Amino acid sequence: MTATKRVRVHDRQGWRQWLGGFFSSSIGLKWLMALTGIGLLLYVLAHLIGNLKIFAGVDPETGAYPIDLYSEALTTLGGHIVPEGSILLLFRIGLTSMFILHIWSAAVLTRRNRAARGRGRYDATREYITATYASRTMRFSGIIVLLFLIFHLADLTLGNANPDYVYGAVHDNIIASLSRPVVAVFYMAANVALALHIYHGAWSLFQSLGTVNVKYNVLRRYFAGAFAAVILIGNLSIPLAVLAGWVS
Amino acid sequence: MTENTFTLDAKIPQGPIQEHWNTHKFDTKLVNPANKRKYKIIIIGTGLAGASAAATLGELGYDVEVFTYHDSARRAHSIAAQGGINAAKNYANDGDSIFRLFYDTVKGGDFRSRESNVYRLAQVSNEIIDQSVAQGVPYAREYGGLLDNRSFGGAQVSRTFYARGQTGQQLLLGAYQALARQIELGAVTFHTRAEMLDVVLKDGRAVGVVIRDLVTGEITPHSAHVVMLATGGYSNVYFLSTNAMACNGTAAWRAHRKGAFFANPSFTQIHPTCIPASDEHQSKLTLMSESLRNDGRIWVPLKAGDDRAPRDIPEDERDYYLERQYPAFGNLAPRDIASRAAMRMIEDDKGIGPLKNGVYLDFEDAIDRLGKAKIEERYGNLFEMYERITDEDPYTSPMRIFAAPHYTMGGLWVDYNLMTTVPGLYALGEANFSDHGANRLGASALMQGVADGYFIIPYTVGEYLADWLNIDPVPTDDHVFAEAVDEVNQRTERFLSINGSRSVDDFHRELGKIMIEHVGLARDREGLERAIAEIRSVREEFWKDLKVLGTSDSLNQSLERAGRVADFFEIAELMAIDALSREESCGGHFRLEHQTEDGEARRDDENYAYVAAWEWKGENWPQTLHKEQLEFEYVALSQRNYK
Amino acid sequence: MDFSLKVWRQDSPDAPGGFKTYQAKNISPEASFLEMLDDVNEHLNTIGEEPIAFDDDCREGICGMCGVMVNGHPHGPQDGTATCQLHMRKFSDGDSITIEPWRAAGMPVVRDLIVDRSPLDRIIEAGGYISVNTGAAPDANVIAIPKEAAEASMDAASCIGCAACIAACPNSAANLFTAAKIGHLSLLPQGQPERWTRVIAMVETMEEYFGSCTNHGECESACPKNISIDFIAMMNRDYVKAQFKNFAKIGQ
Repeated sequence: MTATKRVRVHDRQGWRQWLGGFFSSSIGLKWLMALTGIGLLLYVLAHLIGNLKIFAGVDPETGAYPIDLYSEALTTLGGHIVPEGSILLLFRIGLTSMFILHIWSAAVLTRRNRAARGRGRYDATREYITATYASRTMRFSGIIVLLFLIFHLADLTLGNANPDYVYGAVHDNIIASLSRPVVAVFYMAANVALALHIYHGAWSLFQSLGTVNVKYNVLRRYFAGAFAAVILIGNLSIPLAVLAGWVS
Repeated sequence: MTENTFTLDAKIPQGPIQEHWNTHKFDTKLVNPANKRKYKIIIIGTGLAGASAAATLGELGYDVEVFTYHDSARRAHSIAAQGGINAAKNYANDGDSIFRLFYDTVKGGDFRSRESNVYRLAQVSNEIIDQSVAQGVPYAREYGGLLDNRSFGGAQVSRTFYARGQTGQQLLLGAYQALARQIELGAVTFHTRAEMLDVVLKDGRAVGVVIRDLVTGEITPHSAHVVMLATGGYSNVYFLSTNAMACNGTAAWRAHRKGAFFANPSFTQIHPTCIPASDEHQSKLTLMSESLRNDGRIWVPLKAGDDRAPRDIPEDERDYYLERQYPAFGNLAPRDIASRAAMRMIEDDKGIGPLKNGVYLDFEDAIDRLGKAKIEERYGNLFEMYERITDEDPYTSPMRIFAAPHYTMGGLWVDYNLMTTVPGLYALGEANFSDHGANRLGASALMQGVADGYFIIPYTVGEYLADWLNIDPVPTDDHVFAEAVDEVNQRTERFLSINGSRSVDDFHRELGKIMIEHVGLARDREGLERAIAEIRSVREEFWKDLKVLGTSDSLNQSLERAGRVADFFEIAELMAIDALSREESCGGHFRLEHQTEDGEARRDDENYAYVAAWEWKGENWPQTLHKEQLEFEYVALSQRNYK
Repeated sequence: MDFSLKVWRQDSPDAPGGFKTYQAKNISPEASFLEMLDDVNEHLNTIGEEPIAFDDDCREGICGMCGVMVNGHPHGPQDGTATCQLHMRKFSDGDSITIEPWRAAGMPVVRDLIVDRSPLDRIIEAGGYISVNTGAAPDANVIAIPKEAAEASMDAASCIGCAACIAACPNSAANLFTAAKIGHLSLLPQGQPERWTRVIAMVETMEEYFGSCTNHGECESACPKNISIDFIAMMNRDYVKAQFKNFAKIGQ
């Protein structure tokens, strides 16, 4: 019998040049996703460390909040060597590009995978054995995190979503924002989604990058679990503390 | 039955046997590399022999077209060979040599094979290992990184190379990958789900085949300069065998009906270590590699009808009958001997298991001696397979095993060039009869399949092809093709129009029962005569009462099987006729009338040291027996003695 | 034992297809899953309904012909077992069993439970071999191969090409199959010369038919030979490395 028609899950015509071929391949896209994922993980961790300064309260001598100083320090990174805010701008550009690449590769892969599945669906309920809840909901947890991110920026960076927003007064802004229970709940829900996303992502990235060593493979799961737990606990502690009135 | 004095020319080269192959290679006509692409070769079957032949002929530059009824070239039943492949490398430094492998094979075959062919097989065996290692076959290795060997039934040296219990799979993947490379390079045209239903002859030579596309049902002619059949054996004539469900004798039988002589059809191998049948509905039997006999000990209770659990039977009430009867070879006695010994135990009511149809293969001692881990490393996948099928754990209780039809030494008669009696038609691998005589030694089937495909046919085909330079194959619009296609169409429609009441499997099962009872491990005149009568009557019934549903222009598995079973009826009859005509016992052919006092086979070299090659004389005509006398110059004819 | 079967029936690749329910009666617990289907087919033949078409051959779990979705499990619920080695004693009397063909756009249904797996051959043809012509090989013991490497290669090489990994994958990806084939050859010294060109050719062919790996790991659980997804990671690494190796185009 004649060969099956190629499904053309994707067509690489015109992409052959240089790394174009690589990044148009699904493995290349997963590689890109893993690399940007690492960047985003580092960002999430740094962001958490910075935010935990809210627990440092107020400096009794100067009356300033350390978290406000931290925020100010971000704009003056590079000291007198570069124009003020330029390093932060670079960070922001880098971060935004990572988000865009991460989401773009996810979108391309999702489209391809839909094509690869075709219209056939199993009638019997699949009982997944290895696939976790986290791995099967990456798309949704990702979207929740993205929506939250937009709100979060509007709320605490741009101030549009926060009536009490004052530029530079980070501590006050956080307290004002998270004192609204709806916002606090959304904040917490989004962080649960983020932790799930990290739980699969921080393991999966090793597979995608091909970092495999039978001897140490088990550590990859521990790492992903620990990373997700740290981010979850750290990020949840802030709204909980605000709601409980431990920080004000 | 009529006899014929016409002598078959096996084209055995002259001179000392060590030089036969080299002389022959030199004397064979060569085909100029630039001319090779002008020759069209059709190969049927993609097991070890077919795939390796297709790959090699493709590499050489021939225009090759391959057909398989599977969905891929990697599925043929060669894949199920477990134990290993023999070669005379003598890596184990235990005294092996080409001559010893040759000697063991001729003796193991009970002196019914052609010395010259077997010697060639032993010669190329070493090249097979080299070739397959280069292809990436992951054979078992020693810690130093060199190849490991193990011993196998019928041999006193360790010459068997193996890849866990999956040696056939790995060798077939090697051949399949080599074939895939030629497909990609455009040297080989490949057709899957395509079954050969007839050979086409013109002026007495093979010029092509008729193929049915198993998906669309379309029947098409294909022409070539030569046709090669690498279509395996016919053990499924017994219905219950270790062969895969689709294994069949149709291609060989269709060739036989067109003039290719069928040699030694009654030489079948009943393998001693298979899992016994568990009930009436069983569809096939599963082989447990013979390598298990390296460490397992075979026994039955000393007392007939002993119903105790195996572990409750004390040591002194067990009969390790192989060790007792054949102390030199013990549990490693050749297959035919081990199978018959087990049969005798069961006849004496010493069979074990729920149906009393097995003997124990016990690893207790080996586990005590080597530890469970070592046994697991050696046989882990086999133990697991046993556990899956029987739900019993062989680490704690002994395996139950019994004999099952496994391999057919008989097949199309071929000369030294592997050409059948039809010019231009070749048979490779299990489909031919050439190398194993009346009994095949373990780990020799893989050796023969790949030897034929990689190392023999690529040379010997030149002899015939040289005469057809610049002559195109017969075009497929020639009347011979139209007639053959017509015939196949009619036969197909006939199956669909019988509209009786019984399924193909039902008939197949009935045929199998007749065969295993009368043409199985032990045969006698009365049983064989009864078998022939029964086969004929069931066959008649088949053509009257068969029920095949569906159409011929779609994927129709019952229809495929109907054609195969129809041919099995005819093969079965010839097997019984052949067994009847051979008034001696040798190898897998055991006539109860011809045995020694202690129940061993008694050969009759004076009258039966020949290959029985049967010629089809037409429907309703008795087949004619031709004899190829066998000469034994290098291995002295002797009673086989494994004591 | 009695079972109620819900089986996918489809006459031809282009026909719509749908489920039909059959009763399997008096099945021996010793019967294998396919023997149970044989029994049902025998009955269907008697009552004049065309038997259910399914692929099978060796029935000892090595040829890779068989494979159906049994109650949402590729090859059924037993771990490391092909459909043909699954036995009815693993089910309970009276169970309802849903039997479906593998599903993926790259493997369309041919008839009933039979699918077209030829894309797997295309992947092998793209480079799943060591280019060595017959007769050119050096002595088999010229190159020593560490036992561990040979064993790891054998782990990968034990793939039977049944396509359960693709059937199990929520993305219909063939990465485990392809990675096993690549791993088999790239772990051996003999496979080194073509290592980088092979991985590119095979991966790119694979992607023409199948989806991408998102590291669910379902393929590993479905695999009747328990082949590890570590091989997927190795393939990913080799694929990335190959991008750079080949720019040099000087063979390293």
